[in-house]
Amino acid sequence: MNNLDLKITACKIRKHALDAVHAAKSGHPGGSMSIADILALLYFEKMKVDASNPNWELRDRLVLSKGHCAPALYGALAEAGFIPKEDIKGFRNIRSYLQGHPDMKKVPGVDMSTGSLGQGVCAAAGMAIAAKLDRKNYRVYAILGDGELEEGQVWENAMFAAHHNLDNLTVIVDNNGLQIDGNIADVMSPLPIDKKYEAFNWNVVVADAHDFDSLRAALENAENCKGKPTAIIAKSVKGKDISFMENEAGWHGNAPNDEQYAIAAEELDKKLAELEARKNG
Amino acid sequence: MADKKATREAYGAALAEFGVDERIVVLDADLSKSTKTDVFKKKFPERFINAGIAEADMMCVAAGLASCGKIPFASSFAMFAAGRAFEQIRNSICYPHLNVKIGATHAGISVGEDGATHQCLEDIALMRSLPGMVILNPADDVEARLAVKAAIEHDGPCYLRFGRLAVDRIFDVDYKFEIGKGVEIKEGKDVTIIATGLMVGFALEAAKMLEEDGISARVVNMATIKPIDRDIIIKASKETGAIVTAEEHNIIGGLGSAVAEVLCESAPCVMKRIGTKDVFGRSGKPAELFEEYGLTPAVIAKSAKQAIYEKEN
Repeated sequence: MNNLDLKITACKIRKHALDAVHAAKSGHPGGSMSIADILALLYFEKMKVDASNPNWELRDRLVLSKGHCAPALYGALAEAGFIPKEDIKGFRNIRSYLQGHPDMKKVPGVDMSTGSLGQGVCAAAGMAIAAKLDRKNYRVYAILGDGELEEGQVWENAMFAAHHNLDNLTVIVDNNGLQIDGNIADVMSPLPIDKKYEAFNWNVVVADAHDFDSLRAALENAENCKGKPTAIIAKSVKGKDISFMENEAGWHGNAPNDEQYAIAAEELDKKLAELEARKNG
Repeated sequence: MADKKATREAYGAALAEFGVDERIVVLDADLSKSTKTDVFKKKFPERFINAGIAEADMMCVAAGLASCGKIPFASSFAMFAAGRAFEQIRNSICYPHLNVKIGATHAGISVGEDGATHQCLEDIALMRSLPGMVILNPADDVEARLAVKAAIEHDGPCYLRFGRLAVDRIFDVDYKFEIGKGVEIKEGKDVTIIATGLMVGFALEAAKMLEEDGISARVVNMATIKPIDRDIIIKASKETGAIVTAEEHNIIGGLGSAVAEVLCESAPCVMKRIGTKDVFGRSGKPAELFEEYGLTPAVIAKSAKQAIYEKEN
């Protein structure tokens, strides 16, 4: 997919995530906005998946280890045809299958149930080792938050994945620098992230989470690296593309009220209209 | 009853025996010599994964393997499997109901000299509280082997509890094992002893002691603690009117609690629970510890007499 189409798709994912959180009056908009471009590139260019056969054995897998950003994942799955777009507004509703955190048993296209931080990436390593055992060449991606790196088992798994040479595993760290209680450097610093992964014997690439050329190059680097898992440290902006949410830790787990929603929706709609005009003109 | 073997030995041997099924992958957390998964490792090195001393990671790796069609056996001591990695088992294995088997060895006080930090007396309580979890606690090596086979055939999470200590063989080679079924291994009409794991052998000894006093004690082997066999418990209540449970576990949350729940709701009768009395263990030889914490045939027999007395008065 070309970069303009990816931008359009990412914008639609952000709008779905915003709609979901607003409809539920709860959820996690900040981190959902920061991973929207990563999801667009994975689902619409990089990953071998089939919406009509979500359990296809040879598919590439994505584990959203930072499961609280389910609104963005549901947005991507809706755009990719795994779930109906109109279901998004049922997010967190008792009558809906779209749980507050991803549930692999309820949602087509969700490869692992996540929500408890640190666990998803370890399951992703399990999938990667299964591929090796079966001599299948699917790839496994895991998206982690930078605050999530404070969970000890992330580093248990960092040892594990390198020790077992899981070069079919790519971890993408959504490095927006913020967690619930504030700046990651102030709360409990996981910095320097790149040097930590290097010390754990990973292939490390730093990328811009909102620049498709940069992300694409990082993912290609991961595919070409043999014998080591890859960590992509994706520098991102929490709340990206919604002016009042950008770089605000307060938007980690709060839903916008009606007034704030109207402003945010207008900003995303305007951006989408501009992108589509560029495409058509 | 001549043969003496630890259920963990049977676990390792069973993994190696049934490991010809290529879906089976065995994980361990640096305890393969103690959990006996090294027996599998020698035979199928390519399907043995050492996770190192990192149980939380191991459980979630197992979940990922299961999501791709593997049948992973994640092995460690009961303390670190059920205890340390409880939340990983809950959220990454049981919540998505993935086909992970947890092989937990060194359960209970019979771990001995290592002391309280390694004597897990809470694992059954923890695992019972998880929706969809099956809990198997075999009494001897014959049953342990069959429990591994049944776990492989069962689709869903399964917690297998094994002991460190060599125990007498109770069952013949033609013994039939079925998940969810208790087995009456001795007939009796005055009282029923429902036992699990290593305590089954002690329950049989207690029944012999009672017989010498003219008391007819029924003995039920409850290898599956979840789902519990309601029918055999209700039948015992109606036919013998007095029940004693015996387990190498805290009396809170284990077999005794599971039996009490069934009795209270469906067939109340006099009941006594044998187990550790909400305390931690300590270092010592297993036989000394059984005495210290009241896990002996004599204590079971005494409780059975008390239960019969209360039933009749």
